[in-house]
Amino acid sequence: MEKKELKVNAIKNGTVIDHIPAKDMFKVVKILNLEYTDNQITIGTNLDSAKLGKKGIVKISDKFFEDSEINKIALIAPDANLNIIKDYVVVEKKPVQLPQKISVIVRCMNPKCITNHEPMPTKFDVVSNRPVSLRCHYCGKITDSEHITII
Amino acid sequence: MKDKSLISITDFSTEEILRILEIAAEFESNPQPHLLDGKVVATLFFEPSTRTRLSFESAVNRMGGRVIGFSDPNASSVSKGETLKDTVRMVSNYCDLIVMRHPLEGSSRYASEVATVPVINAGDGANQHPTQTLLDMYSIKKTQGRLDNINIFMVGDLKYGRTVHSLLMAMAPFNPTFNFISHPKLKMPDEYKLFLDQKGVKYYEHQEFTDIISQADIIYMTRVQRERFSDLMEYEKTKDTYVLRNSMLANTKPTMRILHPLPRINEINQDVDQNPKAYYFDQARNGVFARQAVISAVLGLKS
Repeated sequence: MEKKELKVNAIKNGTVIDHIPAKDMFKVVKILNLEYTDNQITIGTNLDSAKLGKKGIVKISDKFFEDSEINKIALIAPDANLNIIKDYVVVEKKPVQLPQKISVIVRCMNPKCITNHEPMPTKFDVVSNRPVSLRCHYCGKITDSEHITII
Repeated sequence: MKDKSLISITDFSTEEILRILEIAAEFESNPQPHLLDGKVVATLFFEPSTRTRLSFESAVNRMGGRVIGFSDPNASSVSKGETLKDTVRMVSNYCDLIVMRHPLEGSSRYASEVATVPVINAGDGANQHPTQTLLDMYSIKKTQGRLDNINIFMVGDLKYGRTVHSLLMAMAPFNPTFNFISHPKLKMPDEYKLFLDQKGVKYYEHQEFTDIISQADIIYMTRVQRERFSDLMEYEKTKDTYVLRNSMLANTKPTMRILHPLPRINEINQDVDQNPKAYYFDQARNGVFARQAVISAVLGLKS
C-alpha cells in the first residue's frame, strides 16, 4: 500500500477547513477575511479529491472560529468540513451549516434593489440550502446559487 | 398598529387588514375632519405618481393634517447625491409619518429601518404597493358584501402587475377562486401559483377572454405595458386582445363589478363606463378612505 502523504503540512493548534471546491478556494479566503489575519495560514488547492475532483484545503494556526462566522462559507462550499486541531489531534470534526440569515457578504442579484444603490449592508433569508437560494430582505427577490456574488 | 410601518401587505395580519377595512368604512360614513389636527405627514415621491400622491394628500387633508414633501426628486437634495438614508433621517425630524414612493425595490423597507417615524409604502418599483391592495379589498367587500368565497378574474398583465400579486396573497385566506386570463408571455408567475397551491386555493388559467367571465364576482383588469414586449407587433396584438367591451358583459352576474387600479389605456373600452358594473372610478374614491384608515391606525389615532 502506498504511504499516504500530506500535501499540506499538519498544524499544531487551529482550524482545518477541508473539502472546499477548488474553484471557490479563494472566495472562502475572502469570506473569512483571511487576507487580514496575522495567523499562520497554509493553503492547498487543486488537490485530488474522490468526492469533489479537485479540492482546496485551508489550515489556520491558532484560530478557532465562531459558528456564525465560519458557517457563511456554506454558501459556496456546502460540503466543507471543519477539523478543530489541538496538539496535532483532531478534537472535533463537523460539517459547515448554512445559517438561516445571511448579511453583508452577498450581493442581491436584482439590479433594481435598493441595496445595489445605497451604501448599506445586504440581508437575506435562506429559503433553501441545496442548491442555495436566498431571499432579499429588502426587495424580496431570490438570488440563486448560480448568481451568488460575494461582495 | 400604532407606530407600525406598512411596507408590504404581509406586514399586517388578516385581523389587522379586516380592522383597516372597518376603519375605512367608518371614515366613509363619518368623516373626521379634525382627527389629524397638529399632525404633519411627509409625502416623499422619488418618482412622480400624481394619482397616488393626490389620494394620500386628500386623505391627510380630509382629516385636518398638514402635508409637506416633494413630488419630483429633481427638486430635492436627492439630485445633489444625498443618500436615501440621510433624506429619510432628516425628514423624520419634520413630520409624524412618511409616505414614500421610490423607483427602487426594497427602498421603503430600508426607509422604515432608518426612519424614526412610521413609513407607509406608496410603491417601491415593481415590488409592493400595499394601500392599493387595501383599497381593492375594501372595494370587493363593499360591492359584494363579503370577502369570503369570491370568484376573481384577473385579466391582462399578470406577470409584472404587482397589484394582482398583492391582491392574490391578501385574498388567499378568504377561500377565493381565481381565474387568470392573459397572453402566455404575461402569465401569473409560478411563485404565486405555488403559493396558491400551498394554501389550497383554486385557480384556473385561460388564454381566451370569453364568456367564461359570466362566473365572475369581480373582474380585475390591468394594463398591458408596451415596455414588457421586445416585439412591438406582438404588443399591439396583445393589447387589443385583452380588451373588455360592454357587449361582453351581457351574461355576467348582476352583482359583478369591474375593478382596475388605473390608469387605463384601452383595456376597458369607453363604452363600459356607463354600465353600472363599472366600478373603477368608485374604487379610486375608496382609496382615500383606505388611506385615511391606514394613516390614522399607524399614528395610533384609531385602533
